[in-house]
Amino acid sequence: MRIEDFDLALSPLPGAAPVWHGDVDAAAWRQVCRQVHDKGGRLVALWGSDRRELERGFAVHAALVIRSGLVWLTLATDNDRYPGIDDIFPAASRMQRALGDLLGIYPHAPQDARPWLRHSAWPADQYPLRKDFDGSTAHPAQPQDYPFVTVEGDGVHEIAVGPVHAGTIEPGHFRFSVIGERILRLEQRLGYAHKGVEKLFETMTLEGGARLAGRISGDSTVAYAWAYAMAVESAVSTVPPGRALWLRALLLERERLANHLGDLGALGNDAGLAFGLAQFSCLKEDLLRSNAALFGHRYLMDSIVPGGVVNDLDETGAARLMAELDALDQTVTRLRYIYDDHAGLQDRFIGAGQVTPELAARLGLCGLAGRASAQAWDLRAQFPTAPYDRLDVRMATHRNGDVAARVAVRFDEVSEAIRLCRLILKGLPGGAIFTILPKAPDHAIGVGWVEGWRGEVLVALETGTDNRIRRLHPHDPSWQNWPLLEHAVLGNIVPDFPLINKSFNLSYSGHDL
Amino acid sequence: MYKIIRQILQSGIKTETPPGIDDALRCTAQRLENAILERFGGALAIRHVDAGSCNGCELEIHALSNPYYNLEGLGIHFVASPRHADMLLVTGPVSRHMETALQRTYEAIPEPKLVVAVGDCGCSGGLFGESYASRGRVASVIPVDVAVPGCPPPPFALMQGILTGISSRMG
Repeated sequence: MRIEDFDLALSPLPGAAPVWHGDVDAAAWRQVCRQVHDKGGRLVALWGSDRRELERGFAVHAALVIRSGLVWLTLATDNDRYPGIDDIFPAASRMQRALGDLLGIYPHAPQDARPWLRHSAWPADQYPLRKDFDGSTAHPAQPQDYPFVTVEGDGVHEIAVGPVHAGTIEPGHFRFSVIGERILRLEQRLGYAHKGVEKLFETMTLEGGARLAGRISGDSTVAYAWAYAMAVESAVSTVPPGRALWLRALLLERERLANHLGDLGALGNDAGLAFGLAQFSCLKEDLLRSNAALFGHRYLMDSIVPGGVVNDLDETGAARLMAELDALDQTVTRLRYIYDDHAGLQDRFIGAGQVTPELAARLGLCGLAGRASAQAWDLRAQFPTAPYDRLDVRMATHRNGDVAARVAVRFDEVSEAIRLCRLILKGLPGGAIFTILPKAPDHAIGVGWVEGWRGEVLVALETGTDNRIRRLHPHDPSWQNWPLLEHAVLGNIVPDFPLINKSFNLSYSGHDL
Repeated sequence: MYKIIRQILQSGIKTETPPGIDDALRCTAQRLENAILERFGGALAIRHVDAGSCNGCELEIHALSNPYYNLEGLGIHFVASPRHADMLLVTGPVSRHMETALQRTYEAIPEPKLVVAVGDCGCSGGLFGESYASRGRVASVIPVDVAVPGCPPPPFALMQGILTGISSRMG
C-alpha cells in the first residue's frame, strides 16, 4: 500500500530515507498494522520510550515498510499496557518482550510473557530505559530460572549449547530437543551480549554517538554509522555533500564484500572444503589491508560521521581499488565455478536449513537470508537514496531458501558489489566530503535506514536539548531472522547446525545491545 | 580437482613472518614459572570467550587463521573446550550476563593457565565502560596476564600479545 492510502495524519521526515511519522491512538495502531500486514508490508522494528518528564507517559513505536517507504507510528500510553501486535507480526514477539524488560511496559495479551534481554543483571521491577533508572549503578545479580519449552516423548533428549560456543563466535544459548541426530526443536536464548548500548546513547551528544553506533555490531560498522549519520542529518534537516554520499556507498559495498567473502570461505570450511576458507580468507584479507591503507581502518570504523565522511580518496587510491576489483572479480568467478562444481560441497548445501518462501513471508525474514527465500526486499533497489538512485542496483534473489540459496545470493551480491564499486569509482563527484551540521532542534526526530550486508539497519533518533540524544533505537535485521533459524534447522541433523547457522550469520551484539 | 590445484598453485604461499614479543603488553609480573612458559612455547591451545564484544575483535581473531598470519603454523590452535586449553583469549567488555560464564570457563581451564584480554574493551572497558549491564575490563572479573589494546587490535598485534603471553623472556 502507498502512503496516500492511510486515513491518518502522517508527516514526512526530512532526510534521505522516505519516512513518514504519525501519532496514533490504540485503535488506529492495530488497524494500521493490520492493513500493512494484509497488503504485504513488513514490521521493521518495535521499541519504546519514556516521555514521562515531558508529561506524555510512555510511548510505543513501530516502523513499518509499505510500498512508499517507511511509516513510523507512535502510540502514547499513560499506564504500562499497550495493544500488542505479535498476533499480526510474529516478529514483534521478542521485540515486545525486550520492551517489557527495558522499559516495563507490556502488551495486553502477550503470546509469550517471558523476559528476553533481562537475565540476572537487574531486578524484574527495574527498567533500564526509564529515565529515573541510573544506568551507572550495578545491581546485585538476580538468580533466575528461565522456563525453556520442553519436548517430551520416547527417545527425546536435550542438548544445551552455550553461551560459550565451541568456535570463535559471539555468546548465545541454544537448546536443542533431538531424537537421535534429528532436531525436533530449537529454542534460542539470547541477551548475553547486552551491554547497555541504548542507555549509553542517552548520555551522549549527537556527535559523540557516532563512535558507539559504529560498535553496535562490529561486522556492520559502516551500515550502522551511515544509518546513525542519516538519522542525525534527518533531525537537523541537512544533506551532506554528494561526494560524501558516494564515498559512503563505496565503504558500504566494501563492507558487504568483506563479509560475504568471509562467509563464503567459512561456509566452504563448514562443509569440509578447507580450500575455500584459505582462498576466500586471503581475498578478504587483501580487501581489509586496502581499507587500512586508504581509509585508515581495516573494518572502516569511524569513517562515517554525521555530516559526511572522514577520509577522502585520491586518484592513486581509486586506481588501486579499481585494479584490485578486477583481480577480485576474476578470482571469485573461478572460485564460484569450483564451489558449484564440487559434488561434496553441493551435497551439504542443497536442501540444508530450508526456509520456504511462505514461511519467510509469514514470519518476516529479511535481508540476505530473506532474499534467498524469495523475499525480494533490498532498500538499495526499492528505496534508493543517493548515490544508489543513480546506480540501478540489481537485487539478488533465490527461491529455494536453503544453504545453497544463501550461498548463491552471496555470490551474486559479491558480483553486484564489485560492479557498484566500479561505478562509484568512475562516477565519484568532486567537492567537499564533510559539511558542518547546524545545532539540532530540541525533541526533533530522525531516521536512518540502510541496507547493510546482513539486511536493513534502522536507527530511530529523538534529540534532547543541547545537541544531545534523548532516545536512540538501533535495530538489527537479526531480530527478524533469529526466529527463522529455529525453523530452518527442524528435521536437519545436529552436525549441520553450524553450517546452517553460518549461512544466516546473524549478529548477537546487534540484537542484544 | 584440477581447478582446485591450479588455484592453489596460483595463490602460492602467503604466510608472513610472525612478530616478536612486546613486554609492554604485560599486565602483571609474570605469574608463571619460566620453565612452564618454555614448555608452552612449542605448542599452545587457546580457548576464546566473547564476554560481550561488538564482534569486531572476533573478526580479527578469525583473521589469525588466514594464510597470511597462519597462527596454526606456529603450533598455536583454537580448541573447543576450556578443558583442553592453556590460554584464555577474552574479548569485549564483560557483560553482566556473561560474567558467570566467563568465570566458569576460566575455572575449567587446567593450571597453569594464561589469560589474554583483547581490544580496548577487554583492556579498559572501552566505550562501554562499567554500567548496570557491563563489568568493564576483563581484569575486573578474572586475572589477566597480557592485554592487547586496539579497536579491534589488528591480527599482528593479537599475535604479538599471544606470543608475549607464552614467552618467558623479559624485555
